[in-house]
Amino acid sequence: MGENVVGRSVRRPDLVEKVTGAAQYCVDVTMPGMAHAKVVRSDRAHARITGIDVAEALAGPGVVAVVTADDIASLHARFGHIIADHWILATGKVRYYGEPVAVVVAETVAAAADAVELVRVSYEDLPAVMDVDAALADGAPLVHEQSYEATGDESFKNLSHVDEETAEPALTNLAHEVTLGWGDVDAAFAESAAVVENTVHFPMLYAYAMEPYNAVASYHEGALSVVSTAQHPYMVRDDLARVFGLPLARVRVTSPYLGGGYGSKSYTKVEPLASVASWVTGRPVKLTLSVEEAIYTTRVDSARIHVKSGFAADGTILARDFDIVMDSGAYADNSPLVMAKAVNRCFGPYRVPNLRVRGRSVYTNTAPASSYRGFGAPQGNLAGETNLDRAAERLGISGADIRRRNLVRKGEEILPGKRGIDADIPADLEMVVESLERDRKDVPYYGIGFGCSASDAGAYPISTAQVRIQIDGSVLVLSGSTEMGQGSRSLLAQVAAEELGVDLSVVTVVQSDTSVTPYERTTGASRTTTLVGLALQRACADARARLRDMAAELFECAPGEVRDLPGAVAGPDGRELSFGAVVRQWFGGSAGEVTGVGLLRRDGATQKMPPFWEVGMVGVAVEIDPETGVVAVDQLVTVADVGFAINPRAVEGQDLGAATQGLGGALYEELVYDGAQLANANVVDYRVPRMKDLPRKIDLMIAERRDGVGPYGAKGAGEGTLNPIGGAVAAAVARAVGRWPDRLPLTPERVWRLMSSD
Amino acid sequence: MSESASEPVQGPPRVPVTVEVNGVSVDRQVEPRSLLADFLREDLGLTGTKVSCELQVCGVCTVLVDGRPVSSCTFLTADADGAAVTTVEGLSDGQTLHPLQESFVDHFALQCGFCTPGFLMMSKALLDGDDVPDRAAIVEHLEGNICRCTGYQPIVEAVEHAAERLRGGAHG
Ligand code: FES
Ligand code: FES
Repeated sequence: MGENVVGRSVRRPDLVEKVTGAAQYCVDVTMPGMAHAKVVRSDRAHARITGIDVAEALAGPGVVAVVTADDIASLHARFGHIIADHWILATGKVRYYGEPVAVVVAETVAAAADAVELVRVSYEDLPAVMDVDAALADGAPLVHEQSYEATGDESFKNLSHVDEETAEPALTNLAHEVTLGWGDVDAAFAESAAVVENTVHFPMLYAYAMEPYNAVASYHEGALSVVSTAQHPYMVRDDLARVFGLPLARVRVTSPYLGGGYGSKSYTKVEPLASVASWVTGRPVKLTLSVEEAIYTTRVDSARIHVKSGFAADGTILARDFDIVMDSGAYADNSPLVMAKAVNRCFGPYRVPNLRVRGRSVYTNTAPASSYRGFGAPQGNLAGETNLDRAAERLGISGADIRRRNLVRKGEEILPGKRGIDADIPADLEMVVESLERDRKDVPYYGIGFGCSASDAGAYPISTAQVRIQIDGSVLVLSGSTEMGQGSRSLLAQVAAEELGVDLSVVTVVQSDTSVTPYERTTGASRTTTLVGLALQRACADARARLRDMAAELFECAPGEVRDLPGAVAGPDGRELSFGAVVRQWFGGSAGEVTGVGLLRRDGATQKMPPFWEVGMVGVAVEIDPETGVVAVDQLVTVADVGFAINPRAVEGQDLGAATQGLGGALYEELVYDGAQLANANVVDYRVPRMKDLPRKIDLMIAERRDGVGPYGAKGAGEGTLNPIGGAVAAAVARAVGRWPDRLPLTPERVWRLMSSD
Repeated sequence: MSESASEPVQGPPRVPVTVEVNGVSVDRQVEPRSLLADFLREDLGLTGTKVSCELQVCGVCTVLVDGRPVSSCTFLTADADGAAVTTVEGLSDGQTLHPLQESFVDHFALQCGFCTPGFLMMSKALLDGDDVPDRAAIVEHLEGNICRCTGYQPIVEAVEHAAERLRGGAHG
């Protein structure tokens, strides 16, 4: 359609800054007069705090202060954007091993770390609930003895299916429950030719963004300024304003380059700890977590899912029933939404005439869980897809055929009343199957597996963007969306250059400073390309309209007579003025600028939820060493159904990255509790994919059908290929060894045991 | 609230070190427990070197000490006394990018970039060797570096490409 700048794999300017070491990450940021914080953490799972003796720590060299819950009792000392249950510092009791109990502030990191050892916390142990079964048992000890008012997050209500609860139920460890369904599931089961039932276990994961959570905060004269590793600086701002009772405009949150996010840096993490430390001491305070502390700050919800599906003899799905239980840890954080999404995403992009899903997010005395790339989809999809593959085996049809029979076509709804599917998923499936079959090896212990998913993506459509046209024709783009590696800084420059008809090299993108860049709800759910892209297109159109009006004054003609040219305007007599010349001449000097504003809400093309569907379509082939159980990935095949790839290499990069993280969770990664604490809260024992794990063949395909609501028909990417990987690997391993695994990761020991079991 | 009257830090005794960092000689007094990563980042303000695992398993903190790659997260500054240290800031001459840097950008071999200084320094150590490495040698050499964003393939391609360029004599 004649685009010039978008659709090309342009070099990302931010990458140049990053290869020289010049790029600034939060961990590199300092403030004048800054002190350093270290956190005193609980060394037990569940206990009443009977005393905190800080005298010895306070006497330590260089120690400025020791902050405990008592010091911040006058604040609203809790946060949580859905359920405000998350105490900044343990108050009265600790709910998990690793929970912050006090913050030591000192002149140096080393001095703070030394003094942490000198804080004496006395406890009285309480019985702990370390897993969901213990937590849901009759008479189980409560993780929270009170219920908390919901914060009334509008998007949460819109994105899930929560019934407004009327009567206050008895307190339990159930953090949140979501149900979804239609039709008569039991009647359909009774009529089914085959009913297939199984249970899967999705492991407790850790995102491992390589830059651990950190923040530097300065509270001064009734204003708070924080630089942090937040994906959603505006959401963090709102939480912090609530804590200190400040107007939103007096809280400034800035997110520089992030060393990875993958959803794990969504919402509030260490910002309140650094901020209260600054509030108490009157000094800017920096807090940087270790990887171990980061693991205890936010992990991924583990899940146990029971699934039962009824089929006609030809493989047509008649009914599906899911029961999802997630271990969400000691605080809700974003787990209610993760659960809501798992409920939406577990049954897949299939025609399901009768459906029943129940999802429960459960408090336990373990590290809090929250968002992770894929957002409930990896958990739910593992259940839905392995169940489908088992059914295919039972019915004697292929994994491809059972999907061909049931996949929805473009425009069909999988959630009633929501946006119809905006993708050709059956065509994507054929691409994957064709690639896998082409390179299938005829060797023993070899299996292929593939999987599909569709995620209601984009989150809630509230986005704003600004473009500022300078007197030399260069362009500033402002967005509250965070650059965490995914490439939005470069992508937004491409969109602005395209819309304004200027060279990419004159566009500079500034992001994620709540006092400077315009509002953006979140950086998540693969939304930036679609939603910020649309807001930016509108901002560019607004800037062009203003420039036309100004040019009309200069040309002394009607605004309607001014035409748009690339980077310029033309008057009715053919006179042309560049953008810079319009600005200069209108203001009457070598000064001034023109700002275009773009606003996006639930309206028009983005009225129907979700803004778009993110398709996941992957295939793998595995080869297993029968002696050791080691699974080698022979093929990895992905399709990015992105509508239009604004930067194709960047899309491929997102897909390979997401798929590789998915392979990590499928084959190696799992946090394991041993008693009160994790047995492997470090990167030595929590094994993530390494270079030697690279699949032998990698085929990253892009399907461009211009079927998204975003700019040029684009839709988001970045989560899709992670979501169905677990199920694809499980199916491939099952076909290679002839037995169905019921849990991930498929470590050598597990695979070996699976092969050796009778 | 618990605050102590702020006193000057009386840490342990300090030891003198002389290190040549990216071609510049620096003299400092450091605590005996000072780690090279902290010395570079905090004492010298060379924040290009990053720290993640602090356990010598992720490779992001890799710098060259007398041409040899070390994990600066666990390397004592005192042990670098008298040595030449090269960090990511020393890769380019300030005018043109090093072929590895150029190749990493061209091949989209980074996303968040947090792991990149480590990969660049580790790769430089490989390319500085006598042999031009093949793909297998590159994978073997970089096995100790973690990247959570890219899925590695673009990194292998970037290093392969840079190795070919260097073999072609495009850069010293
Ligand atoms: S930080 Fe040094 S190896 Fe990971
Ligand atoms: S680019 Fe993000 S960890 Fe490698």
